[in-house]
Amino acid sequence: MSALENLTIAEAGRRLAKGDFTAVELTEAHVARMARFRHLNAYITETPEAAIAAAKASDERRRQGQAGGLEGIPLGIKDLFCTEGVQTTAASRILEGFKPQYESTVTQRLKAAGAVSLGKLNLDEFAMGSSNTTSAFGPVENPWKRKSAPATKLVPGGSSGGSAAAVAARIAMGATGTDTGGSIRQPASFCGIVGIKPTYGRCSRWGIVAFASSLDQAGPMARTVEDCALMLNAMAGHDAKDSTSAPIAVPDFARALTGDIRGLKVGIPAEYRPAGLSDEVAKVWDQGIEWLKAAGAIPVEISLPTTKYALPTYYIIAPAECSSNLARYDGVRFGLRVPGQTLDDMYRKTRAAGFGREVRRRILIGTYVLSAGYYDAYYAKAQKVRRLIADDFANAFKTVDVILTPTAPTPAFAQGENTDDPVTMWLNDVFTIPTSMAGLPGLSLPAGLSSDGLPLGLQLIGRPFDEETLFRVAGVMETAADFKALPEGV
Amino acid sequence: MTYLLQGDTGDWEVVIGLEVHAQVISNSKLFSGAATEFGGDPNAQVSFVDAGFPGMLPVINGVCVEQAVRTGLGLKARINLTSVFARKNYFYADLPQGYQISQYELPIVGEGELIIDLADGTSRAIGIERLHLEQDAGKSMHDQHPTKSYIDLNRSGVALMEIVSKPDLRSPEEAGAYIAKLRSILRYLGTCDGNMQEGSLRCDANVSVRPKGSTELRTRCEIKNVNSIRFVQQAIEYEARRHIEVYESGGTIDQETRLFDSAKVETRSMRSKEHAHDYRYFPDPDLLPLVLDPAMVETIRASLPELPDERKERYIKDFGLNSYDAGILVAEKANAAFFEAVAKGRDAKQAANWIMGDFFAALNATGRTIDDPPVTAAALGELLDLIKDGTLSGRLAKDVFALMVETGKGPAVLVEEKGLKQVTDTGAIEAAIDAVMAANPDKVAEVKAGKDKLIGWFVGQVMKSTGGKANPAMLNELLAKKFKG
Amino acid sequence: MSLDKKAVRSIAELARIEVPEDELESLAGELSNILSFVEQLAEANTDGVQPMTSVAAMTLPWRADVVNDGGYPTKVLANAPEPVTLDEGGFFTVPKVVE
Repeated sequence: MSALENLTIAEAGRRLAKGDFTAVELTEAHVARMARFRHLNAYITETPEAAIAAAKASDERRRQGQAGGLEGIPLGIKDLFCTEGVQTTAASRILEGFKPQYESTVTQRLKAAGAVSLGKLNLDEFAMGSSNTTSAFGPVENPWKRKSAPATKLVPGGSSGGSAAAVAARIAMGATGTDTGGSIRQPASFCGIVGIKPTYGRCSRWGIVAFASSLDQAGPMARTVEDCALMLNAMAGHDAKDSTSAPIAVPDFARALTGDIRGLKVGIPAEYRPAGLSDEVAKVWDQGIEWLKAAGAIPVEISLPTTKYALPTYYIIAPAECSSNLARYDGVRFGLRVPGQTLDDMYRKTRAAGFGREVRRRILIGTYVLSAGYYDAYYAKAQKVRRLIADDFANAFKTVDVILTPTAPTPAFAQGENTDDPVTMWLNDVFTIPTSMAGLPGLSLPAGLSSDGLPLGLQLIGRPFDEETLFRVAGVMETAADFKALPEGV
Repeated sequence: MTYLLQGDTGDWEVVIGLEVHAQVISNSKLFSGAATEFGGDPNAQVSFVDAGFPGMLPVINGVCVEQAVRTGLGLKARINLTSVFARKNYFYADLPQGYQISQYELPIVGEGELIIDLADGTSRAIGIERLHLEQDAGKSMHDQHPTKSYIDLNRSGVALMEIVSKPDLRSPEEAGAYIAKLRSILRYLGTCDGNMQEGSLRCDANVSVRPKGSTELRTRCEIKNVNSIRFVQQAIEYEARRHIEVYESGGTIDQETRLFDSAKVETRSMRSKEHAHDYRYFPDPDLLPLVLDPAMVETIRASLPELPDERKERYIKDFGLNSYDAGILVAEKANAAFFEAVAKGRDAKQAANWIMGDFFAALNATGRTIDDPPVTAAALGELLDLIKDGTLSGRLAKDVFALMVETGKGPAVLVEEKGLKQVTDTGAIEAAIDAVMAANPDKVAEVKAGKDKLIGWFVGQVMKSTGGKANPAMLNELLAKKFKG
Repeated sequence: MSLDKKAVRSIAELARIEVPEDELESLAGELSNILSFVEQLAEANTDGVQPMTSVAAMTLPWRADVVNDGGYPTKVLANAPEPVTLDEGGFFTVPKVVE
């Protein structure tokens, strides 16, 4: 195992600066490794030649003394970010072959910071899913295996399953993800890596294929807390092209890792410990509380009473918004077109052929809840409950500085499990959804292993635009957890 | 006087509400930075946002917001300091996003009113329900190819103000007067150029009928996208009669959307909008609520120009014009400006008459516009001065005006060239009178015998012999003296 | 709320997605199931609560009225399935619409 892929972004950055190796060497190592791990199906589109060319350019920039914050670092890009000239599919048939003529703001910022893109990573179709099993380009395999059944293929979580698997298998040093109801945090937990969904408005949504506009947020996924901080430094920032982008300065998130959390109040919400919570998950949560106490933080019992309504609220609002956001996929100006006798016929056939079952399901629910006669009972009601959820957090943050919860109710499950009933699948996001509804930042980091050897993550939730506290606390927990486990064969 | 249509069973009233879509004057579109100019190359004024590509997001144009506020204030309407953009969801080839960004429950402008002026000299206030901002759609062309429709998205995303009247209109005439006044106000404000041929002002008419004297509101039909005042009036009349026929034969009117066929002068059902539309309005999550600073609204209010109604009052009061004439002159801001330039320091009524008469006729005849007139305000003013100081008679001035239109030369120059200066020298006029009297002794005798009417003949003859230049007042005076003496 | 085939057909039409006849029944079942799940929201007391349409605690930013976009018809048409391209631009095409 070549040493280069095992470096963190931070270490690689330091050693590139010292000249220990070149960006080309670093990228080539990853390109070679991508071939070995192709069976994971983490990438939809690999771009090795472009990556090496970009690495060359990076080395040249470094020679000129113009190194950026992520200079020469090879990353994977979730295939939801529009990348100019490079196929962008959203893991859907309806966008197969689509090569945008524009670049998303977030990936443009990563380029400007000197990062190298290895390719476009697989995801659940249109970011709708928690297992990366709804992609039109095949499911992604989690590099982690159950001790008890190593041949069983496990899901990496979703929707950013390809991103999480790639980082865990070290075929990308970091990856971009997006999180609407948990799509960065839950796969990060399933794959034993770190991921953060920043505050809504922290990163620009311009150029990211929209799923649910009031919830979508781009964020970094990497193997360490510091790496995520370095990536977020580059990704975040106000964008005038996005009306929901916050006009707020981006601090140096890496500097937040002071290691000092003495006196910090950590909220432990009662509602996240429901009757059926798995013992293992409860245990790792308790362990997390102990680590924080040992570091001088003060756990505080809090209540977030509206928690139980978060899931139904999400599954009204997200489908409603997506039913409208996905209306543009109509075969007229880009993407798949299935011919029809009439315009409407073309629409019907194109969209039937182009969208998978989960996407179709959500579009139909969304269409229904917005339709005449039902708007008040569903959508308007959900918007009110959403405010209650946000108020719960705002109240809690009067007495605590950060909140600690498990990230997911279970470790990674097997491909094929949990697929009968969409609602059961949706329960995967029960701990991550409330954070999204309130627009708050949420970070997941690996805290331990299940008895079957699978990663279990813990989630930290912060005040709006207080990612710094999340990084600070996560840094301390990361040190305490000392999570050194690796998937078999990585 | 109520407009009534006669049916078999009795008289019917017509109830009309108008929805006018006015394209906002701005450089760029409502939510994107693409240009709004009319007539560009196909799809050359389209950004990725306008074309609804994946990941694209709207950002609102501040000038469009100000124009909507300005228009609302011009319509004496309530400005809503907080308003919300909503998505109106439907599928059509010229609607790239699959939804139109519009406003639904909370529009930027609330209730207002507009005064319409009718031919019989009366005026009536028509209620404005609301005004909201929304995106225009692209253009589909269905006649370029046997099996395909062509789509040009240049217009997609241009800012529209949708101005909705209350159903207060009661006749095609009133509808026409409403559109004319609204258009005039928009042009005065500079918020819309009101060009119906180019489509910057479009009208949807909602029409229903009811038996005379009834106060019920029956089912209405919407006639979409009528692009001239005359067509709106024709469409309303046809549609009202259609409703009456249906009711009188025992049928019912289904609420539907119809198109006006101007060639056949009839309305017909729109096939593509068969399904009752469920637009599934919801607040656009890409846009936060629009919040207006009250100070900004006041600044706009303070900067409003004098609007047609106020200007008309001023013309009546300060210039002594009658309501009808004042109404004609103020309808177009440029006409009013022209009038004021001519009337300044002069007889305003005379100026008004000349403008509404000879000048407007000349514009028509030459096909020129008030922005590039064949006779400038200064030149017309000079002409009026020459009448006033006696150089020209009113009659001769008309001839000079015709020459001014033809040659583009100023009146003084033409008077010199053609030697048209009015003769006011009593001696010369007397001499001319004597000459005519000497040549026509029999007629002189007739006049002296009592046939006063013949004096007019003498006036004509003297005018002829002087080439029309004899000062008429003097001529009459001297003739009268000659015949008395 | 239970949806029947007719309701699903109607919703699918609003969404312009063709659903094969033999899938309508099971789809109706799936959607009804989901609606039952989300209907628990009715229990939540939301008297006097303002709906939240955005978590971003800001108001709508305005842009200046300058032309700084558009003017690239070739790019706009580049991904079109069946464009008609001309020297000066071009058109998207769709099956002819009869109005």
